[in-house]
Amino acid sequence: MDKKQRQPLDLEEIRRRLSQARGPQYWRSLEEIADSEEFQQILEKEFPRQSSPLGAFLHRRQFLRLMGASLALAGLTSCRPLSQRKIVPQVQQPEEVIPGKPLYYASAFPMGGYARGVLVESHEGRPTKVEGNARHPATPGANGVLSMQSPTQMNPDGTPRHLGATDVFMQASILTLYDPDRSQSPMYQGQLSSWTEFNAALAAEMAKQGAVRGAGLRILTENVTSPTLAALMEELLKKFPQAKWHQYEPVNFDNSREGAKVAFGEPVNTVYRFDRADVILSLDSDFLYSGPASVRYAHDFASRRRVRKDTTSMNRLYVVESTPTVTGSVADHRLPLRPSQVAQFAVALTGALGIPVSAPDLPQEQRRWVNAIVRDLQAHRGRCVVTVGEMHHPAVHALVHAINERLGNVGQTVLYTAPVEARPVNHAGSLAELVQDMTEGKVEALLILGGNPAYNAPADTQFARLLKELTQRNGFTVHLSLYEDETSAVCQWHIPEAHYLESWGDIRAFDGTVSIIQPLIEPLYPSRSAYELVDAMLGRQRNSYDIVRAYWSRRLGNANFTKTWRKVLHDGVVANTALPPRTVKVRTEAVVGAAGNMPRPAEGLELVFAPDPTVWDGRFANNGWLQELPKPLTHLTWDNALLVSPNTAQKLGMRMDTGGLANMVDVVEVRYRGEKLRAPIWIMPGQPDDCVTLSLGYGRTRAGKVGTGIGCNAYALRFSDALWTASGVQVVKAGERYPLAGTQQHHSMQGRKLFHSGTLEEFRKDPEHFVEREIHGELPSMYPDFQWDGQRWAMVIDTSLCIGCNACVTACQAENNIPIVGKEQVASGREMHWMRIDRYYEGGLDNPDTHLQPVTCMHCEKAPCEPVCPVGATVHSHEGLNQMVYNRCVGTRYCSNNCPYKVRRFNFLKYNDPKEPVLQLLNNPDVTVRGRGVMEKCSYCVQRINAARIAAKKLGRELQDGEVMTACQTACPTQAIVFGDMADAGSLVAQLKAQPHHYGLLEEWNTRPRTTYLAKVRNPNPELEGA
Amino acid sequence: MQGQIAKTEPGAGLIEGKHTYESVTQKIGAVVLSYRHPRAWYAVTAIAAGFVFMLIVAVSWLLLRGVGIWGINQPIGWGFAIINFVWWIGIGHAGTLISAILLLLRQQWRTSINRFAEAMTIFAVMCAGMFPLLHVGRPWVAYWLLPIPNWLGAWPQFRSPLIWDVFAVTTYFTVSLLFWFTGLIPDFATLRDRAKSRLSQIIFGVLAMGWRNSAKHWHRYEAAYLLLAGLSTPLVVSVHSIVSLDFAVSMIPGWHTTIFPPYFVAGAIYSGFAMVLTLVIPIRALYKMQDFLTMKHLDWMAKIMLATGLIVLYGYIMEIFTALYSANQYEQYLVANRFFGPYGVYFWALLICNGLIPQALWSPKVRQNVFLLFMLSLIVNVGMWLERFVIVVTSLHRDFLPSSWGMYYPTVWDWALFLGTIGFFTFMMFLFVRFVPMISIFEMRDLLHQTDRHHRAPAGAPVTPVASTEVTP
Amino acid sequence: MPQVFHRSSNTLARLSIVTGAALLVSSVLIASNLSRSPYVTQVGAPVDQPVPFSHKHHVKELGIDCRYCHSTVEKSAVASVPPTHTCMSCHSQVWTNSPLLEPVRLSYLNGTPIQWNKVYDLPDFVYFDHSIHVNKGIGCNTCHGPIHEMNITYKAQPLSMSWCLDCHRQPEKYIRPKEEVFNYEYKAPANQLELGEKLVKEYNIKKEQLTDCSICHR
Repeated sequence: MDKKQRQPLDLEEIRRRLSQARGPQYWRSLEEIADSEEFQQILEKEFPRQSSPLGAFLHRRQFLRLMGASLALAGLTSCRPLSQRKIVPQVQQPEEVIPGKPLYYASAFPMGGYARGVLVESHEGRPTKVEGNARHPATPGANGVLSMQSPTQMNPDGTPRHLGATDVFMQASILTLYDPDRSQSPMYQGQLSSWTEFNAALAAEMAKQGAVRGAGLRILTENVTSPTLAALMEELLKKFPQAKWHQYEPVNFDNSREGAKVAFGEPVNTVYRFDRADVILSLDSDFLYSGPASVRYAHDFASRRRVRKDTTSMNRLYVVESTPTVTGSVADHRLPLRPSQVAQFAVALTGALGIPVSAPDLPQEQRRWVNAIVRDLQAHRGRCVVTVGEMHHPAVHALVHAINERLGNVGQTVLYTAPVEARPVNHAGSLAELVQDMTEGKVEALLILGGNPAYNAPADTQFARLLKELTQRNGFTVHLSLYEDETSAVCQWHIPEAHYLESWGDIRAFDGTVSIIQPLIEPLYPSRSAYELVDAMLGRQRNSYDIVRAYWSRRLGNANFTKTWRKVLHDGVVANTALPPRTVKVRTEAVVGAAGNMPRPAEGLELVFAPDPTVWDGRFANNGWLQELPKPLTHLTWDNALLVSPNTAQKLGMRMDTGGLANMVDVVEVRYRGEKLRAPIWIMPGQPDDCVTLSLGYGRTRAGKVGTGIGCNAYALRFSDALWTASGVQVVKAGERYPLAGTQQHHSMQGRKLFHSGTLEEFRKDPEHFVEREIHGELPSMYPDFQWDGQRWAMVIDTSLCIGCNACVTACQAENNIPIVGKEQVASGREMHWMRIDRYYEGGLDNPDTHLQPVTCMHCEKAPCEPVCPVGATVHSHEGLNQMVYNRCVGTRYCSNNCPYKVRRFNFLKYNDPKEPVLQLLNNPDVTVRGRGVMEKCSYCVQRINAARIAAKKLGRELQDGEVMTACQTACPTQAIVFGDMADAGSLVAQLKAQPHHYGLLEEWNTRPRTTYLAKVRNPNPELEGA
Repeated sequence: MQGQIAKTEPGAGLIEGKHTYESVTQKIGAVVLSYRHPRAWYAVTAIAAGFVFMLIVAVSWLLLRGVGIWGINQPIGWGFAIINFVWWIGIGHAGTLISAILLLLRQQWRTSINRFAEAMTIFAVMCAGMFPLLHVGRPWVAYWLLPIPNWLGAWPQFRSPLIWDVFAVTTYFTVSLLFWFTGLIPDFATLRDRAKSRLSQIIFGVLAMGWRNSAKHWHRYEAAYLLLAGLSTPLVVSVHSIVSLDFAVSMIPGWHTTIFPPYFVAGAIYSGFAMVLTLVIPIRALYKMQDFLTMKHLDWMAKIMLATGLIVLYGYIMEIFTALYSANQYEQYLVANRFFGPYGVYFWALLICNGLIPQALWSPKVRQNVFLLFMLSLIVNVGMWLERFVIVVTSLHRDFLPSSWGMYYPTVWDWALFLGTIGFFTFMMFLFVRFVPMISIFEMRDLLHQTDRHHRAPAGAPVTPVASTEVTP
Repeated sequence: MPQVFHRSSNTLARLSIVTGAALLVSSVLIASNLSRSPYVTQVGAPVDQPVPFSHKHHVKELGIDCRYCHSTVEKSAVASVPPTHTCMSCHSQVWTNSPLLEPVRLSYLNGTPIQWNKVYDLPDFVYFDHSIHVNKGIGCNTCHGPIHEMNITYKAQPLSMSWCLDCHRQPEKYIRPKEEVFNYEYKAPANQLELGEKLVKEYNIKKEQLTDCSICHR
């Protein structure tokens, strides 16, 4: 009570309203209040930045969109607006803004402390879509990484000419920005509080700590590469010498770091140049999908796999892995082994290369592999790469360093640089240290900047319990994060963190290149960045813009700084900040020694912890797009499952019933070191026997409306000394069954010629007959051929390049306002993705070949869907698009029944629900929001085509190749998807259609699809063929 | 012996027992005019009314939430709605066949069942008509399927079989209704004249549209009735042919089949007669109509079922043959999937219901056994429903790309709507039996006249149909 | 037995048939005409605005070019209603204290936008692009009517799909030389059709493509 008396009256009023607003309506009411006059005033009092002209700007935008959005659905049914709509022009028009035309801003998407460069599309100041920044080393575009010198070219319609590739996380990050579940106000012990209160409390605590030189002060961050934040931390540690800075990232690089230390005596950062590699061996490394450089690596890898009539050379990929991964699925040779076996394999390989390690005697088959690979590697000295997964023991990393050195790859395909992290520490160790201090009661104030350790700290640390106790002892515990999550729940204070699209910052890429994180929008809710919080701890009140700018004005020097600064912001990267390669020497004896005393695995099953392909370490658990995204290979959504090999499943008598709607699977209890976890199983072809894999990131208890309470929490079994692999695991049937929602129920091609593949040899010999066709030439049609002198849009997908990373699927979802439908609907076969990646297995259950086939609407020239529509809601355009006119659709679903590719999607229920206005901000204004009872499907991004065509027509010229890029095409890291005008012989798509290994799906049915494929070319080692 | 029907007479056995014109009128008219009804009638009508209520609930929820409340999905875009639509439309056919074709063929035995069958047609088409309307995603714009001048500048797409459906079904309904009503006019007049209460006199009077039994009226009537019969004869064939095109026009294996039109028509008549039997047998007992709805009727209907049933069976066999002969792996997979796929049991069941069991009709004993006949008609009804299920679902659930194969499980709402229409149908039939002469009075008297020339009416009564009491101006 | 009906009922019966048919026909006619009536389409119905802005005054009497305020009409899909700043660029000098302009001044002072009422309101599934029409010789008043005569702005066209299609099917009926686009006095010449044909070719307008659904619906 007395606390309340100290508050200004108006805040009292807000308090009252907030206290009335609870339950699902909660955030919405807060929004209303936030918009209310008096609250705006308070905010302005408290945060001057809120009173920038943008304040009104944002306000207006929300208003407009809400009006628009709420009418979008009504609009579909009636042609007259239900109410008088408004036009709300700005008071002052920023000169670069042209209403109705999007702008693109460069920024960087931080994940695990590493940057991926982004260009964000913004409609009247409302970010709607994330594209890659082609200038950023981690996100190269079709022409690779754009050099600093080359000027930015724009298409006539104002879109950048060169866009970079993306991954699913970049695409989906925009949804998190608008997530209604984001926390919106400081919380004190679970009660709504205010910024004034927090500031007071923080100041008091800092004063207290200042007295004891910060003896009781601890700061826990995620992995930090940001120069500015690092500088702030140093300053803080100078001011509070006794204070400690800990870093913990559940998906960290401890093993690589330790491995480097073993090999070189110092932590170095390894950068691979797959674009220079002819032969690649991956030991459990999913370099094409996970890690800060995955997009770049996928791009480089693919650049050596483009097999065409005239370029018939390609690289070769061996994968030895303990879990089927994206990388493994595109391997030319894949060998499933348990983690311990992979380690031994590495040792044997090292031995075979003449490094004096005590080589183990491997089973005959593995020996065959080792020999073959060694021969192949030695034949490509300096032009090969051996890479190892983070999950392996430091010694294995050390071995791989030795191998690469021995093969002369260092400086060629393998580069070493200084560490990218601002302060390279062993994360598990750093956390253990903190835990130690907490148990000993040395900690009085703990500020957790980002992350969610209470959820994702190793089980043995008991971090959540300790934190709770500290809070109960009235310790000053603060959690800064986007969501009010598990950690916030056991902290005294929760502080809403600004999303990366809302606040300034800086961050380094995998190679050290620095990017400035540039916000696209005023914070939707009063929130702070880590920078601002640390600054506040230093007793200042700067906003993140001033902080970052100040730091860089020092770094870049004040001489025409403004000019440099503008260029930096424009490019999205700070020139020449990539770390220079360093020459380091492998200490062989140390490596050999380490290899000697690697721990032997205990009896029983081996358990592998893998970051989840969609929700990663759990940070994206509340992101509907990622939850509903079919996981590569399993095609499961909304759940994680324990992957077991067919044999192991048989041995343990576990069943999995697929083919129905939901997959009914057995639930098992996983036992490890006295910990127990119930998990549904998934029988995974290609999984090594006696090795089970469980992905992290599920079983969240306070993730939000979307992510809470789904899946099982793998962290419960994770121990500091066994972060990635655990041996001696028991798995017993729990006796119950559980439904898993998948998007693909059948995995064999039923002997149908739907997918064509072959070896490079076959292609060289006889490219013309590489594809065994059902038909030759074009079948006759009863309809006359269609005459048209304009563009004829078409798409070619190179299945040799598709790695199944799903970037395209998410990009499509973001571009085309595709709703998520939830687990139940997915389970009843109603997912809405316009694009899917079909996956077929070929060969035995134990180690089958995986074939990936992205399927969009085929835009058939003789489309079966068109003649059956009773109202002509789907008809052909002159440019060859199979148009779907939502507002004409009555919803008979006949078109979908008659579509042989089943690419059409129907709004069985009202999936686009305007109940969450903030989500309407996300919608792409150029694409209709579909209502209930309407069919929809891939449109070849017709909104982009139209924009480009209009722009070209205004210039009085024809469209040029590459001026229209579909969302899936721009997103694809390997440029497997090529879209363009097939009437223009010079266009890339036309050239691809002329390739000998070009074919159409179900072409024998004479639907004349415009979306076609290039057959998959593999490059197997003759020595290992027929294995 | 007087009143005894000589076996040699044409149409012998179509009326049994001693009957005079008077007694015929009396017997049939009484059902409508009397206020006392068998308990069973009240019971059945009440239960049916309950189902009608369920139907209303199901439809309301559907309109509120959308077709997502059903079990349909990708790839099975059509489920119960279309299955039931085809099933009901099929049932309707018997009525039209009996009233129109048999009339043109001068089949006297149609006389006592045609009114009944026509009523059945109308109500069946009502049930059928509900589904296409309800199964669309946005029923409120379903009128776009009609060629109404509009200022979207957009028209229906006449290439689509669904549009043909719209025309086929609406025409069918209109013609059937007219035909039925025209046939009723003279009987309404009779009832008007026999009605005691003022109200019923007025109601029947209005319905009789001033029928006066004048020779002119009879002449016009005969002409009109014959024309309508001629008009609706092609409909018997056309309607279900067009419905079958909904499937045949597509390219999905199992749908894309040239044999569909004839085989659908046969199936329709098959199920139609089954339904007539299903209804006639109990009602005949309920209202003691055995004299007019004789064993001979049942026998002949059974024979038609047998015939059409064989055509349907032939259809099945040809479908399988063409699939295997086509050497098209997709067609072949379809057949394999029908027999042994997840829905195999449905296919076997349908073969047994439509193919195997009805062969019992070869035996006169079965045809003479009312109970067996009744059970058999029920079985055929079920079988024909299963046939539509197999066609719609098993064709869709596994088509070209295994990646998008799926399963279809009907939800409680699918069932509610289906059973609801059955309730509605029964409800209407029983109301019809109650308020409209279920057998054509005047045609029966005509039949009586023809079948028994030696017959003498009670003194004073003219030989021509009984004179109306109305004074001609 | 008494007569059930009076004999007049025969006439009534016949009459009922005729009237029934008549009713049916007339109801259809009424419905179709009503749906095209200004009552439904709001054509010619002035829309109240927070500030009673007169196009007549600004365009005809003062001769201000359309593009002075609707500055993005040639660049963007939307013609854009001007920001308050644009209004104030004149009204800080003229009519500085007219009560009618109070909302404008307030908006400028408080930075709160003026909320104009939409006059030409298309449903959200229709994507109209001003720039391409203006660049291909479709004049402002082809759709916006005698804007220079409007004191309070009203809708001059029904904006029905068939109305759009009328031009998209035969642009030659309405197209005019580019330089005449913003000329509100422009009158179609007698030889509009042949001039139109010429311009359609000249401006490289692919007529058949104009009726593709995705030109307006996405």
